[in-house]
Amino acid sequence: MELSKLPGFLLRRGVKALVVILAIVVCNFLLIHAAPGDPASVIAGQSGAADERFLQQLREQFGLDRPFHVQLWIYLKGVLTLDLGFSHRQQQPVWLLISERLPATLLLTGAAFTFAVVAGVTLGTLAARRVGTWADSVITVIALTFYATPLFWVGLMLVLFFSVWLEWLPSFGMASVGADLTGMAAVLDVGKHLILPAATLGLFYLAVYARLTRATMLEVADQDFVKTARAKGVPEGQVIRRHVLRNALLPVITFAGIQAGQLVGGSILVETVFAWPGIGRLAFDALLARDYAVLLGVFFCTSVMVVLFNLVTDLLYAVVDPRVEVEG
Amino acid sequence: MVVSRRGLMAAATSAPVLMRASDALAQGVAPRRGGTLQMMLTPEPPVLQIGVNQQGPTLAAAPKMFQGLLSFSSTLEPMPLLAKSWTISPDGKEYVFALQEGVKWHDGQPFTADDVVFSIMKFHVELSPRARAIFSLIETCEARDPLTVRIVLKQAFQPFLLMFDATAAAMVAKHLFDGRDYRTAPAVQRPVGTGPFKFVEWQRGNFIRLDRNEEYWKPGQPYLDSIIYRIIPDSQSRRLALESGQVLLSQASDIEPFDIPALRQRANLDVSTNGWEYFSPLSWMELNHRVKPLDDARVRRAMSMAIDRNFVVNRLWFGVGKPATNPVASTTRFHDAGARLAAFNVAEANRILDQAGFPRNAQGVRFTLKHIPLPYGEIWTRLSEYLRQAMRNIGVALDLESTDAGSWARRVGNWEYETTINFVYQFGDPTLGVERTYVSTNIQRVTFTNTGGYANPQVDALFQRARASAAAAERQAAFSEVQKLLVEEVPQIWLMELAFPTIHDKKVRNVITTGLGVHKSFDDVFIAG
Repeated sequence: MELSKLPGFLLRRGVKALVVILAIVVCNFLLIHAAPGDPASVIAGQSGAADERFLQQLREQFGLDRPFHVQLWIYLKGVLTLDLGFSHRQQQPVWLLISERLPATLLLTGAAFTFAVVAGVTLGTLAARRVGTWADSVITVIALTFYATPLFWVGLMLVLFFSVWLEWLPSFGMASVGADLTGMAAVLDVGKHLILPAATLGLFYLAVYARLTRATMLEVADQDFVKTARAKGVPEGQVIRRHVLRNALLPVITFAGIQAGQLVGGSILVETVFAWPGIGRLAFDALLARDYAVLLGVFFCTSVMVVLFNLVTDLLYAVVDPRVEVEG
Repeated sequence: MVVSRRGLMAAATSAPVLMRASDALAQGVAPRRGGTLQMMLTPEPPVLQIGVNQQGPTLAAAPKMFQGLLSFSSTLEPMPLLAKSWTISPDGKEYVFALQEGVKWHDGQPFTADDVVFSIMKFHVELSPRARAIFSLIETCEARDPLTVRIVLKQAFQPFLLMFDATAAAMVAKHLFDGRDYRTAPAVQRPVGTGPFKFVEWQRGNFIRLDRNEEYWKPGQPYLDSIIYRIIPDSQSRRLALESGQVLLSQASDIEPFDIPALRQRANLDVSTNGWEYFSPLSWMELNHRVKPLDDARVRRAMSMAIDRNFVVNRLWFGVGKPATNPVASTTRFHDAGARLAAFNVAEANRILDQAGFPRNAQGVRFTLKHIPLPYGEIWTRLSEYLRQAMRNIGVALDLESTDAGSWARRVGNWEYETTINFVYQFGDPTLGVERTYVSTNIQRVTFTNTGGYANPQVDALFQRARASAAAAERQAAFSEVQKLLVEEVPQIWLMELAFPTIHDKKVRNVITTGLGVHKSFDDVFIAG
């Protein structure tokens, strides 16, 4: 990659990203408000008693009595100044609600992501090198199983096995509440809680990476430059690392870029099954409660991350394969 | 002259207290101090400040921090709490409450009669539709001295005391709310009450932690060091948490009814459906009377007769709850056991519809109705599926349309439905919790009013007579008459007196001792060693 091209590339992509994000914000706003019901009617429906004045008060407080285009304009102005608004339902600013949940989500998705990439690529490489042997078959079958099994079922089975039968790991939550652990004990405690949800979330992606790595490595291994490398006496390990794997990694990076973009969005299913206090559930609860500001805030953060990771992925291509040029 | 009912009340209230003590002694267990009670709260409430939020989970958790003037026994007799005694004038208009001495807010300020007046006349009247409707009957409410509150009503209102439980009108601190916007005051995020437990921490989506109030006004209580509510969104995970002992208590809809039989088998768990007498939720198939032919009483009667309520209770709810017999739950005051819905009889229901002029077409269908299942969990979908089968037997086709909670509330509130399922708390007295569904003066575009649009001058008059009368006998007569009338008219098709199971480890004691069940303050709950 020529470094001189980089600033122009970043600038062009930055402008495009801004336009895309604004368009997403407007679309989200329109879509969410198109859903029937509003936060006031949800609260009335859950309060066991209500009258029309109650609804009126809530709508005034939430700003829902204002014309639609005014509400949209107020929200857009807020987003442009990085103010994500206020959740009237929870009486908290949206950024605070999101920032409370973000660390939990990043920990879970980050762990799952690392686990999936490292284990997936390793297993894929292993299978490709031993193609046709029993090791390849075992890896392929495992990958296919996790690829085809629903996440929540894997989660429940892991809980049954490791929490209920073996009693090794806790079945829900992020930490032992009320135990008042500190230091290393607290870290280990969170680690124990992390294993099952991270494994559940990671297993699907592990399967994807393993299959992808195996397939592309086999494809690359047949090409002439690999034969040439072997012919000139390059040791087998180096052939695999430098020539095969490096060329086979491009599709893996593409896929990892997509997955990384979803890191911030969390996983509603896994967070629900394991009572993990992450952002996916925040968004899901906000959707059910029609807590517009929170939902839009989560969507905003997620779309920014997706755009950002797309950019990083494009740059990574160039690093891994110098033949790829960055172009805006 | 003012008649003191203090002696009478004391007699009524000491009985359950004595029984509780003797229960504990009979098992050889003296209350033990210490321990953390881990339980669950489902779904997670948006805020814990009672009044600002009145949802089920808030009503269950907030009374640990906030208290009312009174609490209620399982037979709905008032018991002293922040009011240590009270008198009612013979004409039923004047109420004088004597407050407990030495009660402090969690921030150290003294609790006084001014707080009571503020809570009743300003805080709840502004925020709560339920309180607004009842407290509008108050002519004056004054602090006679720091420990005495005198309320004079415009007219006698017999169920008035029922409004003083923590779930209806919890006492809040005047110094934290007066002059501010009640919904956005800082105290909403860090609740301050007089209760046995203080708010400590809330990690959203994770847990809520309450710790012992060392300054609590009842000597020696509470026994528990802390209460931790875990937020566990998945019902199967909640069941696992309870079975594995990671939490010790489940309440309300934490556990799905179809999981109850298995939990009943576990020797260490106690399963009880008591403690919901104050709320007595009644469920029904809700009909919109603006949709033909639901305005025809014969049609409604036939639909009601097509439903096997015993099947619903035993096969869907696994015996948790009772078949409904009329619009007033059997645990609510003034229930008349003599007024009963016509029994399950498909043949008779078909005959009624034939006679009413609704012949079956070639497919065997008389008419088609849309139906929205209640979006509050799988059990309600199963109920709607059963109703579709039951209605098919009498040639009524139900078209099920799924929605989420937001759409359900909006559509029912806007009368944009044909049939759905609903359940409503009765709050101990038909005037408080039953009347609202049937009187024509309460036809409003909002949930939990008379959304069905039923109007009958006779029914209106009877509920009004019961509301205005101060004499229990006269009220009973009016309520009996209206119950007999309503079981003929079937304005809504009552299905079940719901019961929510409270399931807890047997070492947790004194969990259900009142008609409020898990909604009480838990100051007497302890974990046996």
